[in-house]
Amino acid sequence: MASFTYTNVGIAGLAAAVPKQIYRNLTDNKNFTIEDAGAIVEKTGILERRVADDATCASDLCFAASEQLMNEMGIDRAEIDALIFVSQTPDFRMPATGIILQHRLNLPKSCLAFDINLGCSGFVVGLNLAYSLLQQDSVRKVLLLNGETRTKVYSFKDRQTGFLFGDAGTACLVDKNEKYGQSWFVLDSDGAKSDYISIKSGGYRYPSNPESFIERERENGRIYSDEQGYMDGAGVFEFVITEVPKSIKRTLQFAGVEKEQVGYFVFHQANKFMNEHLNRKLKLDADKVPFSLQKFGNTSSVSIPITIVSELNEKLSGVNKILISGFGVGLSLGTAILTIDNPWLGKISEI
Amino acid sequence: METKFLEQFTELLEMEQPVKLNDIFREYENWDSLAYLSVISFVDEEYGIVIPREEFGKMKTVKDIIDYIAANS
Repeated sequence: MASFTYTNVGIAGLAAAVPKQIYRNLTDNKNFTIEDAGAIVEKTGILERRVADDATCASDLCFAASEQLMNEMGIDRAEIDALIFVSQTPDFRMPATGIILQHRLNLPKSCLAFDINLGCSGFVVGLNLAYSLLQQDSVRKVLLLNGETRTKVYSFKDRQTGFLFGDAGTACLVDKNEKYGQSWFVLDSDGAKSDYISIKSGGYRYPSNPESFIERERENGRIYSDEQGYMDGAGVFEFVITEVPKSIKRTLQFAGVEKEQVGYFVFHQANKFMNEHLNRKLKLDADKVPFSLQKFGNTSSVSIPITIVSELNEKLSGVNKILISGFGVGLSLGTAILTIDNPWLGKISEI
Repeated sequence: METKFLEQFTELLEMEQPVKLNDIFREYENWDSLAYLSVISFVDEEYGIVIPREEFGKMKTVKDIIDYIAANS
């Protein structure tokens, strides 16, 4: 079982950045009538989301969040020994965007930098990796960046995906301190469902070609090209309501922590319908489960950290434990219980 | 269970007429992917059963859903 326990490692601070441009789902998607849009918005709970312009990449959002975090927290950049960039919308196919960010952020050349290709589980998996790197005496601070420009990936003409996704970037500083106590992670993969959420073309299995850019009408009137994201919403829903509650129970059991000891449960912001189903199934108190999807939509791996920054600012003093759970593309699933000590949270910046 | 299920199903799909056992639910005017999710979610919450997609694909009538729940409870 991929389960991990760490002592005296934790989140020192978190910052987030979003594009200025707001996309309102009810009125801005001209491919659908306001009645159709209304039915989808009612189910997903996503009223609006942020859309990056052509010149803005996920890395730019992470750059802005990182600058805010390091400047306002007064961090000595020389102490950042690793940078992890989690994204499925990188700047280039190569080199890794994380290495470009090492230079842009003026981090030392002695800093390890790399990318992780994961989506909705990516904050939990990335954080686990940051914690594990910090087991080394010589690693002092790790910067975990989660960035996505998902609106550039999905067709706005596809009723299953055209209303869900938003763009955002976060920066999370992880370091060592005795005040943090213990944290636990449980991580799973299910590659049998790799086609549930995917982009067919653009890699080396199905290289891009003139055909792959053509928008086609698919089953149920969905319209997208092979260069755009496909999601089997029903399959993902079945996976999530079956596997996520089990993952959370296993993690609580592994950690020896009671549900009542957890201050907040921060879930990947998939859609309101699915998340509320999870809350009811797990019998969670609504006050303990923050939502940010109404404002930012589903931002893939960014959704957990942006929910903490957006919804838990000034609510974490006195909170000792939070549970985070990310699930989606892969399919990949990760749950963690983090012992926290009032992390620094920035005000969301707009670029 | 049948009567209760039919009432709940009628409400869930916001049907104007009460649904009947032998209705072919995919022929309802307001049957769509969102209705499907509502049914899966409802059966999970009410009966603790997640109906796998391949099983649901074989079901035609409301009675098929009830029979599946009865066989798997």
